[in-house]
Amino acid sequence: MTTTAVGTHAVGHVHRDDYGSKMGMWLFLFTELILFGGMFVIYAVYRFSHQAEFELGAKELDTLVGTINTMVLLTSSLTVAMSITAIQRGNKKLSMLLVGITIALALVFLVNKYFEWSHKFAVGLYPQSPELLTKPQGEILYFGLYFVMTGLHALHVIIGAIVLAVNIRFIQRDIITKDSYVKLEVGALYWHLVDIIWIFLFPLFYLVH
Amino acid sequence: MTEHTHPHSSEVHVVGYGQYILIWAGLMGLTGATVALAGMELGRWIIVTALTIASIKGYLVLNIFMHLRFEDRTFRLFATVAGAVLLIFIVLTFFDYAFR
Repeated sequence: MTTTAVGTHAVGHVHRDDYGSKMGMWLFLFTELILFGGMFVIYAVYRFSHQAEFELGAKELDTLVGTINTMVLLTSSLTVAMSITAIQRGNKKLSMLLVGITIALALVFLVNKYFEWSHKFAVGLYPQSPELLTKPQGEILYFGLYFVMTGLHALHVIIGAIVLAVNIRFIQRDIITKDSYVKLEVGALYWHLVDIIWIFLFPLFYLVH
Repeated sequence: MTEHTHPHSSEVHVVGYGQYILIWAGLMGLTGATVALAGMELGRWIIVTALTIASIKGYLVLNIFMHLRFEDRTFRLFATVAGAVLLIFIVLTFFDYAFR
């Protein structure tokens, strides 16, 4: 995370570097891009060599659940973006409400994901399951990538929701205010990155069959 | 209260709720489009249409939701370089892999 240098040399005299805070978060997001990017490269290579089996694997996923989750995350990106406008306009309560809705949507996403994974486990689809190991190599790779990439993404959703919850507390305690809201901005940047990763995960796993 | 902020961050750009909602509506529409296209038998083109639509969606989120359009040029340059590096990774991988 980034740090906002707040030195109180004198009462009411605040040093801070919003530009640096945002730059720090962007640099961190680039490392995230490489983390997920590496996995997208693996996906691309295995899909190239196991085209038909990847398409079979994708048929096992529920497109409706994937579409709903995409819409949930896009809406959560909207609400967190609007929360910044709200705080910029000095509307503290609305800003807290919008961040709260964002967290609620994150939970909806995770609950959907939970049911989705539970269903896969119930039909014997999980890494190294006897059922999965009887399938062709390409499908084993497909489901391996599916669980690792959506799992790592879900972990990011959980972390993002915690970061946003801390931001609500900051707004409530006037640590984030109309004139100083860079903490909320960087939290929102992280949340949008989680959304962008899903924007690419969704078609690659659910739609290409 | 006096504040010493970086000179670059002095101009604050407030994006209206309306503009955000418009972008969100566009993102939802694109999601519908990509799902509808996937339902058709496009064969090999499906990956192309899916990734094109995903890229447009990503571009909208980066530029408007993440304020990249309203930021200092440095942020946009960094983001472009980061994206280009990832693209080079993928292209170089295929130069190696596709011709084995």
